[in-house]
Amino acid sequence: MKTCLVVDDSTVVRKIARRILEEMDFQITEAEDGEQALEACKNAMPTAVLLDWNMPVMDGYEFLGHLRRLPGGDVPKVVFCTTENGMDHISRALHAGANEYIMKPFDKDIVAAKFQEVGLVALSEESPI
Amino acid sequence: MTPPDYEYLRKILKDHSGLDLSADKQYLIESRLLPLSRKCGLPGIGELVQKMKGGSSSIIAQVVEAMTTNETFFFRDKVPFEHFRDTIIPEMLKARAARKSIRIWCAAGSTGQEPYSLAMSLKEMGATLAGWRVEIIATDLSTEVLEKSKSGVYSQFEVQRGLPIQLLVKYFKQNGELWQINPELRAMVQHRQLNLLHDFSQLGTFDVIFCRNVLIYFDQETKINIFGRLARAMEGDGFLVLGAAETVVGLTDVFKPFPDKRGLYRPSGARAASAQGGAAMPKIAAMAGR
Repeated sequence: MKTCLVVDDSTVVRKIARRILEEMDFQITEAEDGEQALEACKNAMPTAVLLDWNMPVMDGYEFLGHLRRLPGGDVPKVVFCTTENGMDHISRALHAGANEYIMKPFDKDIVAAKFQEVGLVALSEESPI
Repeated sequence: MTPPDYEYLRKILKDHSGLDLSADKQYLIESRLLPLSRKCGLPGIGELVQKMKGGSSSIIAQVVEAMTTNETFFFRDKVPFEHFRDTIIPEMLKARAARKSIRIWCAAGSTGQEPYSLAMSLKEMGATLAGWRVEIIATDLSTEVLEKSKSGVYSQFEVQRGLPIQLLVKYFKQNGELWQINPELRAMVQHRQLNLLHDFSQLGTFDVIFCRNVLIYFDQETKINIFGRLARAMEGDGFLVLGAAETVVGLTDVFKPFPDKRGLYRPSGARAASAQGGAAMPKIAAMAGR
């Protein structure tokens, strides 16, 4: 079973992300900040992490640094999902080991496209008309 | 929309662009033409049709554009671009080693995502292509989408569909909520307005033709004719790339499928029996400004 940890301090965003990712056959766990997310990863390493940047207690960027130093912490595909959509933030995230980056606002098509990029979802055949 | 209006639009689209709508595409017409009606200050499609019947060639041109513009995104379907990187370019590096040049045609270049995806693929090959001259010609029926393609400017939504984040960082410059592809990549793509129904022999001969998700709009006879003319616009050892839902099989023997590579075709050497003459149809209504 593919698992995805959804990390965002907004319950609304977590709910939307959960619905999209469950449709893509992910089993979802949620965390409200980086610290909770780190605890969740120590318990069970997820297949993927959908990660907000700005959160109380510990932000997404700091979480990513800690995650990548954990045993097995290099395995999860980390996809940022944030309103921080400047080139500087994107570059920093990639240097810190993020695999993909979603600029909010997002929808199902964007999440599906980005999860395809990191190899977690198979390409769907689609008809152009 | 009344049935006579629908029939009228079907006929106009068929005559002007080859677009062959089946009898049940009312929703497609409504979704594309209602926004256009409003843009023209008209209450609905009925009024739009009246303007067209009144002989407004600019309205007709806008209707054809609205109906034939495709959704597109970077590296759409992925597989064709893997073929390009892993099969087409390696073959061309061998076959064109003497002249060191490759000509590529995106026959439905649309808003530029496909030609720029090819340009990025070429850049990613790095030194392999050092000293080679690679031309990418992007054509489209619509002048509006070609302008967008030339500008290379995309919305945040558009750059998140199919474009890996590493390539966004590497090849785009951010301007607020918009992203523009680098001048170096823009310079790799030449743009021309072109209706595939018309003669395209003036474009010259190509090594690679991407012709994806456009032939689906045409009826069988027109498809066969276009395949014949594509074959004549291609080197004998070139490559044709079609869309996921398209094939030559059962239509023409001028191209044959490349083994084990879905969507990839090569000229067979057979001459097209039904592709005499330049243009696709005996009677093509003249289009204003085209």
